[in-house]
Amino acid sequence: MTLDVASIRAEFPIFERVIDGEPIVYLDSANTSQKPRAVIDAMSRFMETGYGPINRSAYRLAAEATDAYEGARTKVRRFINASSDAEIVFTKNATESLNLVARTWAKANLSAGDVVVLTHMEHHANIVPWHMLAAEQGIELRWVPLTDDGQLDLTDLAATLDGAKVFAFTAMSNVLGTITPVRELCAAAHAAGALALVDGCQYVPHNVTDVCGWDADFMAFSSHKMCGPSGIGVLWGREELLDAMPPFLGGGNMIADVRLDGFTTAELPAKFEAGTPPIVEAIGLGAAIDFLDGLGMAEIRRHEMQVADYALRTLGDRFGDDITIHGPTNVEVRGATFSFAFRDIHPHDLSQVLDQRNVCVRAGHHCAKPLMRILGAPATARASFYLYNDERDVDVLADALDSATDIFGF
Amino acid sequence: MPGLEDLYREIILDHYRSPRNRGELPPPAAHAVGHNPLCGDEIDVYLQVDDGVVTDIKVGGQGCSISQSSASMMSQAVKGKPVDEVRALVKRFKGMMSIDEDAGERDETAEPGAALGDLEALQGVVKFPVRIKCATLAWNTLVQALEESNA
Repeated sequence: MTLDVASIRAEFPIFERVIDGEPIVYLDSANTSQKPRAVIDAMSRFMETGYGPINRSAYRLAAEATDAYEGARTKVRRFINASSDAEIVFTKNATESLNLVARTWAKANLSAGDVVVLTHMEHHANIVPWHMLAAEQGIELRWVPLTDDGQLDLTDLAATLDGAKVFAFTAMSNVLGTITPVRELCAAAHAAGALALVDGCQYVPHNVTDVCGWDADFMAFSSHKMCGPSGIGVLWGREELLDAMPPFLGGGNMIADVRLDGFTTAELPAKFEAGTPPIVEAIGLGAAIDFLDGLGMAEIRRHEMQVADYALRTLGDRFGDDITIHGPTNVEVRGATFSFAFRDIHPHDLSQVLDQRNVCVRAGHHCAKPLMRILGAPATARASFYLYNDERDVDVLADALDSATDIFGF
Repeated sequence: MPGLEDLYREIILDHYRSPRNRGELPPPAAHAVGHNPLCGDEIDVYLQVDDGVVTDIKVGGQGCSISQSSASMMSQAVKGKPVDEVRALVKRFKGMMSIDEDAGERDETAEPGAALGDLEALQGVVKFPVRIKCATLAWNTLVQALEESNA
């Protein structure tokens, strides 16, 4: 069964909007995704009829709100195949999830000279927290390089990981679209005695996710890239690791007891959820998971592989050497996210011209400046496709690229 | 939406295709680097100031057509000018780049000596607010370079 994109699009109110009389061709879902009616309605309905505090009041409304919030946690746990709800920590976003690991587990367990291994395709969110720790505690960073076609070069992986304490890597590059061999990378980390921290931000919205099958230790992802609201992210971690870690932010909800001379932390996952959490956003994330599950993550992945294949062929056929698409050409190891250079036209100008046709693409360094330096491009344009895009959107993109040639064809 | 012809005027594309005063100046010329963190554009401004006059200017770096053409036109406009005229020009240009239309008018009367000339072509950028930072990047970097040269 293939996805019925027309009826999926009908579920997203944003696509009813026209600008200059034309519909929006949204190709920026790797940045942030659009929201289906089911998510919008779930959040509105909760605020209209069910809103209350969680974990701290005895009246029925508060108990219902707590159940709804915890229900969202259970949905997340099932969605990524984690072992228990205690392993699902709600954060502000994936960036906060990654910082949480660096600030708590790594700060407590790493000291000067300890090695953290990253890859050349990481997002700033999985680089800067480690740079900060390097500056504070003198940890050493090592890097897994890339192959010419934008996959991880695993030739020297064992040597790179030798003696490492953490291997932190993305499951899918936000720039290249590359899907990394997560299970293999987790096994390599463990063979070296390192923990495996997976940045699932780009992967989770588009694929079946199985943290147990991966045998990972931590994974971070965001709601807003998977049809859910902004303002909430997830850190999954193995329970014994989370249990042994010091707390992150201090405040209400994360404590079991507070005395004049100290405090004790709450049980998981509340231990890492200080203060009033994003309650409404959790409800929205739960609704997004129901929406995605209703379509099936395997179907979504299959659909995006088709669109990716069509995009690679169409853009290649129509523009030949005038377009350079970064990353793998094999759709088995890539998602439908394409960074590209087009006829020496600066990505910012390209994006401006495409916007004239309501084609929304990202232009810039994609919060991956080390990777951009390796690609030798200070910026790229990036078109990223999701479940509401299909082959027609590829054609509109290609037509819009033609109009860029009209202006900058020199 | 305003048409792209408001943005990509021929004179802008000409400066983008053939940027003026590209290159570097050796010390003791002042050197400042400007970044647009939004898009990754970088601009280098090298400034030689002698006796209160900008005797030479070179521009390096890379960026979009708007940031590059603005830098090119800026280099032409300030070369050979006394520093106080350069500062007046910066003020005029930034006034023109203000989304607050009144501010541009005010600056025009306040700095009658600073003619924008070709730079007027960049006026259309104001209709595309996300691009204003592209147009002003070189100018902010010029101000840094002026400070660097203690002019």
